[in-house]
Amino acid sequence: MITLSHYIVLGAVLFCIAVAGLFINRKNVIVLLMSIELMLLAVNMNFVAFSRFLGDVSGQVFVFFILTVAAAEAAIGLAVLVLLFRNRSTINIADIDSMKG
Amino acid sequence: MPTLNDILIMLPEFYLVAAACLLLLLDAFMKPEQRPVLHWLSIAVLLVAIYLLVMGQPPQAVTAFGGMFVRDVTAEILKVFALLTTVLVFVYARPYLIDRKLLSGEFYTLMIFAVIGIMLLVSAGNLLTVYLGLELLSLSSYALVALNRDAKLPSEAAIKYFVLGALASGMLLYGMSMVYGASGMGGTPSLDLAQLHNVMSYTTAPKLLLFGLIFMIVGIGFKLGAAPFHMWIPDVYQGAPTPVTTFIASGSKLAAFGMAFRLLDSGMGDLSHHWQLMLAVLAVLSLAIGNLVAIVQTNLKRMLAYSTISHMGYLLLGLAAAGPEGYAAAMFYAICYALMGVAAFGVMLALTRAGFECEEISDLKGLNQKSPWMAFLMLLAMFSLAGVPPLFGFWAKVLVLEAAIHANMLWLAIVGIVFAIIGLYYYLHVIKVMYFDKPAEGSELQAKPDASLRVVLSLNALSLLALGLYWGPLLGWCRSAFGL
Repeated sequence: MITLSHYIVLGAVLFCIAVAGLFINRKNVIVLLMSIELMLLAVNMNFVAFSRFLGDVSGQVFVFFILTVAAAEAAIGLAVLVLLFRNRSTINIADIDSMKG
Repeated sequence: MPTLNDILIMLPEFYLVAAACLLLLLDAFMKPEQRPVLHWLSIAVLLVAIYLLVMGQPPQAVTAFGGMFVRDVTAEILKVFALLTTVLVFVYARPYLIDRKLLSGEFYTLMIFAVIGIMLLVSAGNLLTVYLGLELLSLSSYALVALNRDAKLPSEAAIKYFVLGALASGMLLYGMSMVYGASGMGGTPSLDLAQLHNVMSYTTAPKLLLFGLIFMIVGIGFKLGAAPFHMWIPDVYQGAPTPVTTFIASGSKLAAFGMAFRLLDSGMGDLSHHWQLMLAVLAVLSLAIGNLVAIVQTNLKRMLAYSTISHMGYLLLGLAAAGPEGYAAAMFYAICYALMGVAAFGVMLALTRAGFECEEISDLKGLNQKSPWMAFLMLLAMFSLAGVPPLFGFWAKVLVLEAAIHANMLWLAIVGIVFAIIGLYYYLHVIKVMYFDKPAEGSELQAKPDASLRVVLSLNALSLLALGLYWGPLLGWCRSAFGL
């Protein structure tokens, strides 16, 4: 029997993977964008699970909004990424360090 | 069902959305030489929005769309000042944008969309509205930071801002999902902030609620730029085009205060004894890191970035007091910081020209001999940021410290005072460079001849002095928002 807590634990695991991806990853900006998407999906998992098990529809409505905004966010993220590559010819995170202090 | 009344309550926002779309269309069909008209049109659009806000102010707090949108005095004040500072940014930005060939419709429409985001955020009555307003503001800001497409620093700043901003939104959302879940354990699940207010009294999962609260505070900390979530601030301030930095330092801070107030007081007010201490820790860290690291900066934008972090520390002192007096002081502080920040960056914008950024502190050497009036305006801004009486910044600091003491957090007020004295050093350093250093060889430090910029900048900086001498009415307005 799958209960609410299973879903919440799954959401937490996905969220942790996403945060770890953001912090541990030293290679590539695209992986950062993927981690951000995963993070939002973990949140969606939580909302849908709560919404389903608590019998309230507003959580699922929230998920629709998150999905829409995530699409816009990915569009802007990729646009900035293209810009970065055009100006620096690299998307290696370790090389993005011209500002310090 | 939405009624006409709902739409009337949100009239300023609806009007701005329509106007922004219209400006975008106009821009697409305009000849390049007609573009400068957009500048004056955008300013007119914002001024009309201020007029609609002030004239349509309902006698008491009203909600629209089933509680999604709240229009009360708090929202009204924050919106008026967000619109006002954006008008100032537009005026200061024009010569900068013309010099760098960036004067185009994108800048104006993105700024207006960001302001609409601020207006939704500070009026939010529901977790969903908080999220949507925040994202509208953030997404517009990411694009604005990357406005100068061919330069290296802006794209780097934009990617850092984007990644950390998205992380913050993710944290905030995760917290929201937990709070939503906790509200459904033992009651009806809800996203409405007013209904979430007393979740603690009935929920069977108080730990889940606190867990969500912590994530929400991390998100708020990121958006405010409070230490230890401040990493993005210096790089974004330095890398973004100066007009965009000005906006992030002014309008966004008003929005961040509005968001913190809506989420913490309207939503989680019952848990205030839990979040008070968390905010106090953020405040102390922000004061320490902001003031100490600002001392070693040589880049003026970076120095002002660290100074922002310390100012957010003071704002958090007011919020941590968790009462009407504290909120009024924090809102007063946010308004004060927005006006001071706009003035300081405005002087930098007035001194830049094509090929010269004026962003190192040493660029200001001997400013008093070259342009005494600009030096005086910068002096006012710096003294106000430092909190020297009788300027505006001094009263704002006094009020948040007073609120902290009244909330039995004397130690926090003492930390605030100690760091205010340490912070004096780097503001005075700028003044020393302007007044007592000789101009560098071949320095052509000259203020822009742009008349609108000079007049508005002078008014802006002098208002810091005027409000410092006569701050009663503004404070009264802020206090009335919280029933004082």
